[in-house]
Amino acid sequence: MNKIVLIAMMVFLGFSAQAQTKKNKNLKYTTEVNGNCEQCKKRIEKAAYGVPGVKTASWDVSSHQLSVILNEEKCSPADLNKAIAKAGHDTKEVKATTEDYENLHSCCKYVRE
Amino acid sequence: MQKNIMLFAMILLSFSAFSQEDLQEVKITKKQKGIKKSFTVTANTSVITSKELLKAACCNLAESFETNPSIDVNFSDALTGTKQIKMLGLTSPYLMITEENIPSVRGASQAYGLSFTPGTWIESVQITKGAGSVINGYESISGQINTELLKPLNDIPFFLNAYGSTDSRFELNTHFNKKLSDKWATSLFVHGNARVAKNDMNKDGFLDNPLGKQINVLNRYQYYNPESGLVSFINFRYMNDKKQTGEVNFDKDRDRGTTNYWGSEINTERFDVSTKIGYVFKDMPYQSIGFQNAFNSHKQDSYYGLNQYDIKQNSFYSNLIFNSIINNTMHKFSTGLNFTYDQYQEFVNLADVSRIDNSVGAFFEYTYDNTDNFSLILGGRVDNHNRLGVFVTPRLHMRYNPWKNGVIRFSAGRGKRSANIFAENQQLFASSRTFSILDSNGKVYGLNPEIAWNYGVSFSQKFRLFNRNADAGFDLYRTDFQNQAIVDVMQSPQQVLFYDLKGSSFANSLQVEFNYELIHNLNLRTAYKYHDIQTDYLRGTFQRPLQAKHRFLGNLEYETTMNNDKQWRFDFTYNWSGKQQLPYTASNPVEDQFPDFSPAYAVMNAQVTRVFSPVFEVYVGGENIGNYRQEKAILGANDPFGPNFDASIAYAPIFGQMYYAGLRFKIK
Repeated sequence: MNKIVLIAMMVFLGFSAQAQTKKNKNLKYTTEVNGNCEQCKKRIEKAAYGVPGVKTASWDVSSHQLSVILNEEKCSPADLNKAIAKAGHDTKEVKATTEDYENLHSCCKYVRE
Repeated sequence: MQKNIMLFAMILLSFSAFSQEDLQEVKITKKQKGIKKSFTVTANTSVITSKELLKAACCNLAESFETNPSIDVNFSDALTGTKQIKMLGLTSPYLMITEENIPSVRGASQAYGLSFTPGTWIESVQITKGAGSVINGYESISGQINTELLKPLNDIPFFLNAYGSTDSRFELNTHFNKKLSDKWATSLFVHGNARVAKNDMNKDGFLDNPLGKQINVLNRYQYYNPESGLVSFINFRYMNDKKQTGEVNFDKDRDRGTTNYWGSEINTERFDVSTKIGYVFKDMPYQSIGFQNAFNSHKQDSYYGLNQYDIKQNSFYSNLIFNSIINNTMHKFSTGLNFTYDQYQEFVNLADVSRIDNSVGAFFEYTYDNTDNFSLILGGRVDNHNRLGVFVTPRLHMRYNPWKNGVIRFSAGRGKRSANIFAENQQLFASSRTFSILDSNGKVYGLNPEIAWNYGVSFSQKFRLFNRNADAGFDLYRTDFQNQAIVDVMQSPQQVLFYDLKGSSFANSLQVEFNYELIHNLNLRTAYKYHDIQTDYLRGTFQRPLQAKHRFLGNLEYETTMNNDKQWRFDFTYNWSGKQQLPYTASNPVEDQFPDFSPAYAVMNAQVTRVFSPVFEVYVGGENIGNYRQEKAILGANDPFGPNFDASIAYAPIFGQMYYAGLRFKIK
């Protein structure tokens, strides 16, 4: 009897463990990214597409919202934030280094918060 | 988000890789322009919006290209009353003409099909020069024209348009729209037109334009559910068109089948049912699946003097398409299957030339977009056709923006089709010509399928000139025929010969365009076109008959700024057409001859629209204000059953100047 309960528990735990590790292949993720213009849009989207696992990326010039769909099996939102910051754009999560910011084209030097 | 889903749903429904980019364009352009040319679309596509369609008398699709540089519109001739169109100098059979991406004008409907779509039904028209996409088929050679009709979910509850003109043509369009629920909507479009009085301005005893009446009804349903990602369209359509032309004294009940008077009747009845269903995958707005089916029955009963021509075509078309991405949306693809079945019952002077065509094909189209300055569409398809065999159709389009506001495009592709020689050339029945097919080994009327390659480059640049917007550009295209069903009217005025191309046949086409905002709200559009279309006939190499080598288009539009919802709109179009090669008639008696080339001429159109309120507007206009007329419209007009009779050689307008007025009434 005990054995059966044990097995049942293991099966159950196994399932839930699997459920926890099951990663979303089409995770919708939105974050705020600072930027100014169409040129920024191209740079930000290019950086996002440069992260393996990002399926679609779109940055809105007026709302500063970056909307992506990514495959969590291949990357995480943190990877995305890092890549955007590396391109010189501050995100809500990760700030760009001063050096990367200074590399931006003059019209793209947004006001940093 | 809702908006995004909506956009993707719309992409799905249009089932074309190009339409995705049309939508981008719609988002970018704030101010509505008549013709939109995007700098980010891969193919050389321009979009005619409904605004542009309001610029001309524009009663039907055939007449909606008057102000468009990409398409050459001929005047409507005495015989058919229909304006024929050409792209890159090639006639409409070499274009793929679709309605909401379902092939519409093909086979039996080739000669008149464009006049069977009323102008007020049209939401927009996309014109793609060059090879085009492989998704809808293998037949297009020089371009694609896709018409989007008004969508029930966006339509206004009621629309009325009435039109009348001095050539005694009257039209009435009524649209009704109802939202059945938050997901279902339906539209009912009813169109009627008639030409009631006989016109003979050149006093040759023949009508200058056919008498006619048409009734055309479309009922469509649209379903859209943003939560589930399901979208659907269902259309039902019925059309009945009757035309009569010929001698003024011809009485169809008394004189048909006799030599009392020469006359012609063309009666067409058509029934269409089409459905589309699309699904956008949950959480994957870039992935979708679509399935469209269309059935139509097209029946034309006609006679031209003593020549009788009857054709009935029953068609079924089916297309299954899957759109998705490879890794990310920089790499997209569309793949799927097509099935086409065409049953032709065709009788030429009671000779039975009926046939059944069917084909099944698979396509794959890959789109790369670096989201910046380069994109590419590479497509291919394999088809198995009972007459054309198994064949591959490759097509390529590329776009590159070398600098700001500049775009270079390149395209190449192959097209293959069976020529419906009688349906496409039925105006030749209105002559004493005998029809002879010189080949007998091919599978379509004894002829082999037409095969052509088309290549093109284009460049366009936007700039500021004297602080106003301007753009300029050029297109250069070449079509090379490997085989062509030659329609030879260069041999003898008493004959038309059909045979497979022996030698070479090509079409070179250059277009140079310049557009400029002269002063605020006054826009100038100009285009020069050079078409060199040479074909080897039995008697030698000639330019394609009835095609001008040089053409010029100028269009001026002016609109006042909206004031209390009131507005004036003015439009003027100048169309110059150089000399045209004419069919060979030198062996006829002198009075029944044409020179080798027609004279050059110009046609001017103008229109004024007064918008009184968002509800009501009135327009008046004139076509061919300069009153240019083809001097001699019909050869052998005094002996229509004699050997020299020919009513098929129309190189210029026959009716002369025409004035019209109309009104539009909308309930929003």
